[in-house]
Order: sequence, then structure tokens, then C-alpha cells
Amino acid sequence: MMRTATRYLPLLLLAVAWELAARLNIVSSLALPPLSSVAAAWVDLIRDGELIDNGGASLYRAFAGLFLAVIVGGGLGMAMARVRLLDVFVNPLVELFYPLPKSALIPVTVLWLGFGDGSKILLIFLGCMIPVTIGAYNGARGSDHALVWSARSMGAGPLRMMWDVVMPSALPELLNGIRTALALAFILLVSSELIVSQRGFGYLIGYLGSTGSYEGMYAVVLTVAFLGFAADRLYQLLMQWLLRWRE
Amino acid sequence: MARIEDQAALAAEPGDLAHDRAKGLDAVFRLGAGIFSILVLLIAWELFARSGKVTPFMLPPFSAVVARIYADAVGGDLWINLGLTLYRAMTGFVIATIGGIALGAAMSRIRWVHWFFDPIISVGFPMPKIAFLPVIMLWLGLYDVSKISIVVFDAIFPVVTATLGGIAGVEKELLWSARNMGANERQLMWQIVLPAALPQILTGLQVALPISLIVAIVAEMAMGGYGLGGAMMTASRFADSRGVFAGIVEIAIVGYVLIKAMALIRRRLLAWHQETAEHN
Repeated sequence: MMRTATRYLPLLLLAVAWELAARLNIVSSLALPPLSSVAAAWVDLIRDGELIDNGGASLYRAFAGLFLAVIVGGGLGMAMARVRLLDVFVNPLVELFYPLPKSALIPVTVLWLGFGDGSKILLIFLGCMIPVTIGAYNGARGSDHALVWSARSMGAGPLRMMWDVVMPSALPELLNGIRTALALAFILLVSSELIVSQRGFGYLIGYLGSTGSYEGMYAVVLTVAFLGFAADRLYQLLMQWLLRWRE
Repeated sequence: MARIEDQAALAAEPGDLAHDRAKGLDAVFRLGAGIFSILVLLIAWELFARSGKVTPFMLPPFSAVVARIYADAVGGDLWINLGLTLYRAMTGFVIATIGGIALGAAMSRIRWVHWFFDPIISVGFPMPKIAFLPVIMLWLGLYDVSKISIVVFDAIFPVVTATLGGIAGVEKELLWSARNMGANERQLMWQIVLPAALPQILTGLQVALPISLIVAIVAEMAMGGYGLGGAMMTASRFADSRGVFAGIVEIAIVGYVLIKAMALIRRRLLAWHQETAEHN
């Protein structure tokens, strides 16, 4: 307890420094409103439902896109690892799209699907699919040949093989790929909402900023940053639990 | 990155001559298949766009996009936008590199620096830092300074973490023998610790480089103006879909070249390291 407190003390110091800098007018309180007023603005935003409404829209987009990416990317990656023809022909495309900054697709998804949920979900799906595919592929390639052979000799069909042998051995790398995708989902979500949208965290940040209510803007920025951090930590716990059968 | 090793390599003994030849043939086959896949994708794009099933607004033909890139290149717009984006991304990347390595090294040597920055780095790393873009715009305005600042803010985290990890992994024997031979702290840092940590630091830089490019482009998209990202947003607002697709192709090429260049630099800098020997 004491150790955790000492460990995170610097964050508290930063918060105090923020409050003092704003209160003592060391920096303009317009550019940096005191942390306490940001907290008050946060409570207001929660009360009038704005934060929950926009936040719900954002989280729905992030998780819908991520979910699709895990299903499609995970399946594709494992199939590529098992089926040589697929590997030879699809891998170059994965490598081609891997270095493409996914945010470059923001204007295209808008062109295709407009300003709403669809364009964000498509963007997050496309962006997150690559790390998940690569994770599943690398993981499934590493699965023990002896295990695969013995399962086959015991008469396991291809689907059975995927689920019982390939998938568990691919799991650690697959889960790592999903972790990258999770971070990416938040980044793509916020980027696309900041640039074009009519709802969501990014929209709310832009709206509050342009109307000059900077306390509210800071409150939403900190909320998004915290959610990204919390999602990663929760996911790490989930990973530990899923991989508890390993030593 | 998807690593391609052929199945045969797993089974055969290394150094086996027949296996080497098989490996060479396999590599040729794979390269051919790769080019084939990409060509098929481009041809499918072209045919689908021309089939009339989609409007040219939704998907302009690949040839039209190439023509657009050529026109931009001849007209000079492409080079202005490309230059500005690269200037912002690379300035931010260089500052993040120097700052990140310095901070990582300081954290590994000085106790209170570690105490102060460790929670900030570990909490800040998984955050979507792009969310701070409006705050940085509020502080620093809409020009290059704010774009470069958000790049630095985003790219510095992987550099610091990699430097810390690299330095922590330096073998104690190296440090002891250097100290025994009378190296002072400064020499220890420059001649032993940093070179020994270099492979991991470079891995951090390989993560930070694409981040720099992405963040520069997103900042340009959000703030408008020149640059590859800004040009794409302008094209999108005017429903100029050729311009949008031209932007994607240009950004894809820039991203690809930067990543390959970084891998090349890594191999050069680590020519002395066993990692490079294993590759050849």
C-alpha cells in the first residue's frame, strides 16, 4: 500500500503543480484551467448525460471494430499459418498494408460511409486487423509440429485441429496482437472523431474547445486518456487469466 | 512484422547445401507470388472501379489515381506537401530520439529521476496521446510548433521505454570489467552502456518512426493546411476522391520507404552485433 503510494506520488505532485500553476496565474487559466474546475466540469458533463452519451457512442465504435478485427484477423492469420497457398499469396498483401499509417484511411472511410458509426467501425476494423492477423499467424506457425502430427494421426479434422491444437498454442502471440490492436482502436477512434464526426469523445472535445469551455475539454481529454490506459490494464489482467495454464 | 521463414528451414539442418538451394528457390517463388498478389489486387481495383458497380466518386480507377499523383508531382504540389509532412514527422522524431534516449539513460542512472518519471511513463504509454491534440493546439496554435510537439509527445514513450529496458539488460560483467580497467562514469555510459543497449534502443526507434509519421499526418488532417494529411482532407471536403486515394497511395509509399530505411540503418549500426550475422 505504502509502496504503491510512493510509486504514484509523482502523479499526485503533477496534479498539485497543475492546480497551483493555474491558481497562482503562473500560466493563463484560459490555457490551463485549474484541475479542480476541470473535475467540476467533469461532474457536470456526467450529470447532463453528455459524456455518457458521447462516450457510449465512442466505446461502441471501438469495440465493434475491434471485435470484427479479432474474428476476421484471427481466423485469417491462423488459416495463413496452416494453408501454404493462402500464406504465399496473402502474406505479401499483409506486408504491404502493415506499414500503411491506418489514419490515412480516415478520409476514405468517410467518403464511403459518411460521418457516422459505420466509417469509424470500418476504420478501426481495418486498422486493428493487421496486428491481430500477424499475431495469430506468428503464433500458429510456432505451434509444435509433434502436437499437430499426433492430433492428425488420432484423426482430428481441420476445424478440430484449429480449435484444440493450433489456437491454444497461438494464443500468447494472438493475445499480444490483440493488445496492440486495442491501443490502436483507441488511437484511431480519437483521431477519426477529432477530424470528422457528429458524436463521440473526439466530437465532444472539438465542440467544447470551439465554444471556449476549456474546463470541459480538458475533462473529456483526460477521460479518454484514462479509458485507454484502463482498457490496457484490464486487458493485461485478462491475458494473465487466459494464459494461467502456462507456467 | 510478419516474418517469413520457409517450412523447409524448420526441418532441414542449417548449412545443408541442398537445403540452401531449396531455400533460394523458395524465396524466388515467394517473391513471385508476392508480386503476383499485389498485381492481382491492383488489376481487381481497376476492373471493379471501371465495371460501373461503384461510382468513380466511391472508388476511382487505379490508373486515374496514378495519373493524379503524376500530375501533382509534375505540378510540384506533391513535393511541397511531402516535404512539409516529412519535415514535421522527422523533426519530431529526432527530438523524441534525443530526448527519449537522454531521459531513459538518466532514469537508469539517477534514482530520483527514475522515481519521478517511471509512473508518468507507465501510465502515459498506453494512453491514446492523440487526444491531447486539441490541448496542444490551444497552447501552441495551428502551426508547425504544435504539430511537431504532438509528434514528440507521442513518439518519445517507446524510445524511453526501450532505452530503459536496453540499459537494464546490459550484462553486469561488461560493466565490472570496464570499471576495473578504470573507465569513469561518462566513458561507461558512452562506450559500454549505450552501445550494448543499442539493439533495443533501435527497436524503440523502429516503433517511434511510424508513430511520428502517423501523428504528423493526423495533426495535419485535424488542423488543415499543407502537408500530405492536410491535402487529403482538402480533397475529401471537395469530394475529390482521386485526391483522397492519391494521398493514401503516397502515404503508403512514404511509410514503406521509411520503415525499410530504418531497417537498413539498423543493420548498418549493428554490423558488429551477432543479430546481423544471423541474418546473412
